[in-house]
Amino acid sequence: MKFLDEYRDEALATKVVDEIRRTVTRPWVLMEVCGGQTHTIVKYGIDRLLPNQIELVHGPGCPVCVTPLEMIDKAHTIAQRPDVIFCSFGDMLRVPGSDADLLVLKSRGADIRVVYSPIDCLKIARANPDKKVVFFAIGFETTAPANAMSVWQARKQKIKNFSILVSHVLVPPAIGSILQSPLNRVQGFLGPGHVCTIMGYREYEPIAERFRVPIVITGFEPTDILQGALMAIQQLEAGIHEVQNQYVRVVQRDGNRVAQDLVNKVFEVCDRKWRGVGSIPKSGYRLRHEFHEYDAELLFNVKELDTQESSTCISGLVLRGVKKPRDCPAFGKQCTPEHPLGATMVSAEGACAAYYAYGRHLEATNGLRNS
Amino acid sequence: MCLAIPGKLIEIETHPSGIRMGKANFGGIVKHVCLEYTPDAKVHDYVLVHVGFALSTIDEAEAARTYDLLKEMSQLQELDVPEIREVMSGDP
Repeated sequence: MKFLDEYRDEALATKVVDEIRRTVTRPWVLMEVCGGQTHTIVKYGIDRLLPNQIELVHGPGCPVCVTPLEMIDKAHTIAQRPDVIFCSFGDMLRVPGSDADLLVLKSRGADIRVVYSPIDCLKIARANPDKKVVFFAIGFETTAPANAMSVWQARKQKIKNFSILVSHVLVPPAIGSILQSPLNRVQGFLGPGHVCTIMGYREYEPIAERFRVPIVITGFEPTDILQGALMAIQQLEAGIHEVQNQYVRVVQRDGNRVAQDLVNKVFEVCDRKWRGVGSIPKSGYRLRHEFHEYDAELLFNVKELDTQESSTCISGLVLRGVKKPRDCPAFGKQCTPEHPLGATMVSAEGACAAYYAYGRHLEATNGLRNS
Repeated sequence: MCLAIPGKLIEIETHPSGIRMGKANFGGIVKHVCLEYTPDAKVHDYVLVHVGFALSTIDEAEAARTYDLLKEMSQLQELDVPEIREVMSGDP
């Protein structure tokens, strides 16, 4: 556990925590949506600095985590083709499919390359005209402009041997799905700062209104998260439910319109399956019809694959804030970052992996409310 | 994975394909950055970069704070992934 004096903004953090203590009169459950925020919260023990009435639960905002196993198996099927150079962000390399992970496939001879940016795949495609270069396009709204640009530029530059395997997901429909569940416990949200850098936060306003929940767009520093929590708690205590912006240093209400325009030219909204959660209507992107020649799923005609998820894993409940990692009997035992059983353990930004990385599987359970 | 890393723009260039690119310095590591989504960004501006794309310009103080935090959180590994050099034949 960290203490306030380890924060770079010790004075500000102390002030915000004191203000939260003064404000709270009854229990509230808040969810941070973004995996980066989950990581900050667990690393700095922010959940444990808050008064006991405030419970932080961790949302579905880790794109690696929620990429369905079927999609990972599809990626592996394509990556093993001798005519393919398969490109991916580094985060996906160790995510196990039904058989192996991309690193293992690489050691078996598949041409798999980690790229810093999807735009680099175009250089690989130009340098290897006899190969088909496929990029594993995962991510939330933050990553969509980059992936959209790779396809846009491929068409503009008449690069024919490049395609993307799309597994793009969107935050607002996931929030809606969490709020509609009969199991829902979440009463306020810390919204995803970098997603909103692109998208702005207008689309969160009808959600706050319809479900009467405060949504505070929040940054990634410990003090950002404390301030975001304070703003949400102030609204809850006052019976208000608005979208507020804690991360004004970076986020504007309209977001980045230039980026949104290109995303909308290349992608269209579609239903998507989320690992651990299931299908959520209109919760992702696919390529528009005019870009079908860049759609790896169509090009390689990978058929639907049967997959079997662990029956022990409770990641679906963790992703919706119903359970915590330590509620799972497999956490830190059969399920570790080396041998993940499900979504929330497969990436460092997943709640289970973050709890594991900071030693929470080793702690005794009694006496810790926010465990 | 949605984290964006601040860097200082040190060069702006238009790629032969017409795409607006630049070079940004991330605490000593210099990388190419696509500037199509930040049409107003100028040399010496600080930009918030996600997977090689500048998403917005930010002020210097914000850039420094964010960079230090990401470093403290060991979240800068993606900068270690080498860029693909432009090679016209063979393996890059």
